[in-house]
Amino acid sequence: MMEQLSLQNRSRFWWTMGSLLVLIVVMLLVSLNTGVVQIAPMDVMRTLFGFGNERQELVLFDFRLPTITIALLVGAGFGISGAILQGVTQNELADPGILGINTGAGLAVVVYIFFFQSSLANISGLGVYILPLFALIGAFAAAVLVYLLAWKKGVNPVRLILVGIGVNAGFSAALIIFQIKMNPQDFTQALVWLSGDIWASNWSFVIALFPWIIGLIIYSMYKSPVINILNLGDQMAVGLGARVERERRLLLLLAVAIAGLCVAAAGGIAFLGLIAPHIARRIVGPKHQQLLPVTALLGALILLAADTIGKNIIAPAEIPVGIVVTIVSTPYFLYLLMKTK
Amino acid sequence: MGEIDKAHIEGLTSRFFRAGIIFVGGFFALILSLGVSVALGVTDIKLATVWQAVFAFNPELTNHQVIRELRLPRAIAAALTGGFLAVSGAVMQGLTRNPLASPSIMGVTHGAAFALIIALVFFPAVSNLGMTLASFIGAGAGVILVFAVGSFSKGGLTPVKLALAGVAVGGMLSSLSTAISLHFQVAKQMSFWYAGDLSSTSWTSVQLLLAAGAVGLLLAVIISRAVTILSLGEEVSKGLGQNTLVVKALGVIVVLVLTGAAVSVAGTVGFLGLVIPHITRFLVGTDYRLIIPVSAVLGGLLLVLADMGARLINAPYETPVGAITACIGVPFFLYLARGERSGL
Repeated sequence: MMEQLSLQNRSRFWWTMGSLLVLIVVMLLVSLNTGVVQIAPMDVMRTLFGFGNERQELVLFDFRLPTITIALLVGAGFGISGAILQGVTQNELADPGILGINTGAGLAVVVYIFFFQSSLANISGLGVYILPLFALIGAFAAAVLVYLLAWKKGVNPVRLILVGIGVNAGFSAALIIFQIKMNPQDFTQALVWLSGDIWASNWSFVIALFPWIIGLIIYSMYKSPVINILNLGDQMAVGLGARVERERRLLLLLAVAIAGLCVAAAGGIAFLGLIAPHIARRIVGPKHQQLLPVTALLGALILLAADTIGKNIIAPAEIPVGIVVTIVSTPYFLYLLMKTK
Repeated sequence: MGEIDKAHIEGLTSRFFRAGIIFVGGFFALILSLGVSVALGVTDIKLATVWQAVFAFNPELTNHQVIRELRLPRAIAAALTGGFLAVSGAVMQGLTRNPLASPSIMGVTHGAAFALIIALVFFPAVSNLGMTLASFIGAGAGVILVFAVGSFSKGGLTPVKLALAGVAVGGMLSSLSTAISLHFQVAKQMSFWYAGDLSSTSWTSVQLLLAAGAVGLLLAVIISRAVTILSLGEEVSKGLGQNTLVVKALGVIVVLVLTGAAVSVAGTVGFLGLVIPHITRFLVGTDYRLIIPVSAVLGGLLLVLADMGARLINAPYETPVGAITACIGVPFFLYLARGERSGL
């Protein structure tokens, strides 16, 4: 009986993974052929296999493909980060955006631009690599602050969320002080970036980001048995012999690192880390060995779709992808909020 | 029995007496801070000149003109806005029995700001009155949305849920506002609604605030007794024969009139509606007949002081007043969040 169940489970998992991959490929093709410069689907294929003209090659290889790659990486990253946070805090409503990690990274980046860079438009050379570093520092600073402020003989999940909301509000206030002092053009750019936008669409950035995000995602999948145990609650976890606080800190660190990298590449995309694990949990259940891969693919798919929508819905103008994600996922979030006890 | 009654009445009068002293003291502090706020600025003006400008106006003097046309309306608008937000917060906390309830946390201010941005972008010729109306509608939509999420959810409106629903609704509304303002390339001008700013207030704004205040504050005072009973619990309130639905509906009207007017004049000034009712409750106890007037005075006082800070911290540039109230409010929010009462 048990075996049959797990077999059923496993086939369901592989089916889900397969369908998600197919959907991603379809979305990828759609995303490649839509945009300000329309390229017909056949031409997309031809160009991909090296038979396109120069202009098509330029648009596809130098603009669209790097953006899409980053969208996929970041989507998977935010999803995984949210899944870990939810698993470790035993709170289904945890998300890097709600916990203030995104805003912390955003503040660090805006401070960096404010003091060291004349404007956001001409970040070049070393700046491309220093910016993510600042985002990471900001993300960690925010996470440590939230963790310390929520500490009161241990960290209670509810307190963690409330403290996250408060810290988030504080960072937002600090952000607005810096933003107001920028010139209108920088202000607008900072606003776009903070709302979540895949701005770094070039290959050098993809190469700088790729190994880190993929590496951390793989490591978190390796850690999924531990997340399973922590998710059972502290007492159970101690009973099963886990070093609860230590493992929790390590996993929180992991989630924050992934979120920080994603924010560096794509700004503060909220709610993606919340809804992707939720939908995944509904499909494959709470076992993190299956949950994490499905979440990663789902997050990648959602972000790619949102990016495509944002680029085309009011073309030639663009809506930052983070705004699309927020508008689409808030109703789902509210629904979840009503359902949880 | 008679003795208990007597003791009770004595306790009551002493509490009223104490609240009265706080109210009068707060009121004098408010007047004084108004005077100082008007006197301080890019060019400092003597308090005596402020006095003369108000009571013996001489149109020949530049200082008198500056006071009359720029500084006085701004200071009065700050006092009114602060009072309105504080009363809104007090009513919301009373109705929901939720220590974290307040206009900025519950998405009400975001709703008002969203409606204002729509009005400004699509109807650029909109009048002041039209903006205030838009702001009312937006505030109403925000508060109804959050309340709806709260009342349809399993296990009721816990502080955490309330805060999360507010964050989500506020986040969605500000995302929509951002999208609109980016599309129409007015993002920088719009930032003002999100930062909180009193620099563009005029006598027209003061008149609008006074009109809204006449309705909102009066209604708040009228329902204050019922709010006190409701704050003891739904059951108690029903047991005493109150129609809780009517009280709640009137409370929502108070909140949307006061918050809507405040946001249309000053943008989103956060945390004031959270902090002041808590301080007031600490000072005068749990009777909303006392909490509401004292909140109004203290809220006004705090915002006048915060606005003074906004003008002076980095003079001659203005610091967003919303950032200053957040500096006071965030630590307070964290303190409440760490408290024992906030369970899921």
